[in-house]
Amino acid sequence: MDISGVFDYLIGFAIMAMIYAIFTLGLNVHWGFTGLFNIGIAGFFALGAYTAALLTSPPPDPTQFEDFIFGGNLAQLGLFDLGIDLWFFVGVAAAAVVCGIVALVIGTITLRLSDDYLSIATLGIAESVRFFFLNEKWAANGSKGLYRIPKFMGDLVAPESYDYFYVVVVLIVLAILFVAVQRAARSPWGRVLRAIREDEVTTAASGKNVFHFKLQSFVFGAMIMGIGGALFAHHVRFLSPLTFDPLLATFVIWAMLMVGGSGNNLGAILGAFVVWGIWAGTQFLPGIFSDPSFRLLMIGVLIVAIMLLRPGGLLGEWRRIVERRPASATGREPAGPD
Amino acid sequence: MGLSMSPGRISALLAAGLLILGFLPFIKLGLVVNGLILGSVIALGAIGLTLVYGILKLGNFAHGDYMAFGAYVAFFIVDGVLPRVGIEGAGLGPFTFGFPVLIALPLAALVVALGAIALDALIYRRLRDRAASTAILMMASLGVAIAIRGLVQLIWSGETQHYPRESRQVYHLPMDVRIPPDGLFVAVLAIILVAGVYALLTHTKMGKAMRATSDNPTLALVSGINTKQVVWWTWGIGGALAAVAGVLLAVVQAQLLPIMGWKFLIPLFAAVILGGIGNPYGALIGALVVGVSMELSTQWINPSYKPAVAFAIMIGVLLARPRGIFGDAP
Repeated sequence: MDISGVFDYLIGFAIMAMIYAIFTLGLNVHWGFTGLFNIGIAGFFALGAYTAALLTSPPPDPTQFEDFIFGGNLAQLGLFDLGIDLWFFVGVAAAAVVCGIVALVIGTITLRLSDDYLSIATLGIAESVRFFFLNEKWAANGSKGLYRIPKFMGDLVAPESYDYFYVVVVLIVLAILFVAVQRAARSPWGRVLRAIREDEVTTAASGKNVFHFKLQSFVFGAMIMGIGGALFAHHVRFLSPLTFDPLLATFVIWAMLMVGGSGNNLGAILGAFVVWGIWAGTQFLPGIFSDPSFRLLMIGVLIVAIMLLRPGGLLGEWRRIVERRPASATGREPAGPD
Repeated sequence: MGLSMSPGRISALLAAGLLILGFLPFIKLGLVVNGLILGSVIALGAIGLTLVYGILKLGNFAHGDYMAFGAYVAFFIVDGVLPRVGIEGAGLGPFTFGFPVLIALPLAALVVALGAIALDALIYRRLRDRAASTAILMMASLGVAIAIRGLVQLIWSGETQHYPRESRQVYHLPMDVRIPPDGLFVAVLAIILVAGVYALLTHTKMGKAMRATSDNPTLALVSGINTKQVVWWTWGIGGALAAVAGVLLAVVQAQLLPIMGWKFLIPLFAAVILGGIGNPYGALIGALVVGVSMELSTQWINPSYKPAVAFAIMIGVLLARPRGIFGDAP
């Protein structure tokens, strides 16, 4: 492989790692800040990806597809014909909205109950979403998958340099989301979330509506995951229900957050790069290390080991920094729950 | 854990009964029979899950994978060990499977029971000692689930396997009911085991201690119950039942797949929540309801939505009676 080949590979790697970083940020909002236990990331991943893909794809061609009939001619309507690909943005926004609505429904049902119900329900959502796209061939071509998902900006960018362009797009989205999550986490709102994580009863006793805060956090995180799914759809440009198996769409993301340190946004992004690096890097190793079953085993062992040894993740939260900051001059308490 | 009858509960049961009666003319009896067979398998898994959930406050995400592991241990015994000592065969009497499966069944149950106890000592006890939250415990169980599935795939590959089998005639009953002999075996074995668990929980000192711990752990501890032994027995019973459920699932489905246990989690949790967490009798009823509903749904919708039906039941229960059909109203 020559130098430019290596560079192309690294760009592809960076795109996937950054998309995973978006999911890890979303999961950090759920688990890291609020203690919400979402093991159905794959469900939001798939919903976001399919929503964006179906909104932007050309209508299915009856000569190519037998059962697949859904999917509008939306992008061809010329509604937003401003010279740039606004449908991409519509798709990304719609992905976030769809995931937010699903999270709102599931959260409203389960978040009033004890914590564990949410996790079981998210598992159910992930599986149900997969069953839906697997069985309802009219919606997204079933197991044969959706292809012909358009590139962002269509043919305006030369096909061979699409990845170079797209890596910037993903970077911008990741940066925006990072800033948003970071600000949210440091806001009074974020402090309430962490208070809930640490002690729900005390938070409720100090007059916070725990259910509402949890619901907001769940919806917020799910929307971020939806955006990640949408970016994934326009990167890989092929979706099938098999893409969203629990291993690559849920467990790997948990491993990323665990490595990065839950509660730490920068750590979440770092964790995504490290774990994806190990994942992609070990593909080239001989023997057992590139065996998917062995990797599955190792991810499981990693999660258990971190739960046993460092439940806050390897990097941990930045709470120490907060604590070291002297009480502010205005006399307010430094970040309460920490 | 009692089953006392409050007016609200009676009216709920009456309403459910009327609903079933109303649907009766449209129901295929054969599907109900299939549902009861599936429900027996779910029940064996769900009773263990609900005991662990109630007593150890752990919604064990690895329970499905304990099932799968049990099924594969039995496969290893049937396929790799017993033939070397000359025990082979399939098609025992009316059943598709052979005598080796009957030998492997208790051995697999023992292996998984001991394995479950060992995992508790290795992982969950340490977390409990640290007073870790439920979420941390469940997260660890998720890690265990992933690791077990990886291990199963690594040892036995991700390909479909099956116990040696010979095809057998199904019993034909009136009203177009067909019962595979294997299904009968599954149901009878499940009834025996459930009766055994019932006897253990109601008539032995350990059973009473387990129920007491489930109802109120602190009170159980201060009243001198040996909670360590309670924990061992809970995992032992849960693991053994899970292994049997896994073997029976592999017999009923006529195949083993590493993911079979993970896919079974939703019906398991649906049964547990339907029956009320920590209530083994509730889990039994819940399992039968979930099993029958899953099979009946195939009359109207695509069979591959069966787990989604279990999920829908679970969501319905969470909306209407979050403590389960036998629990108090919210």
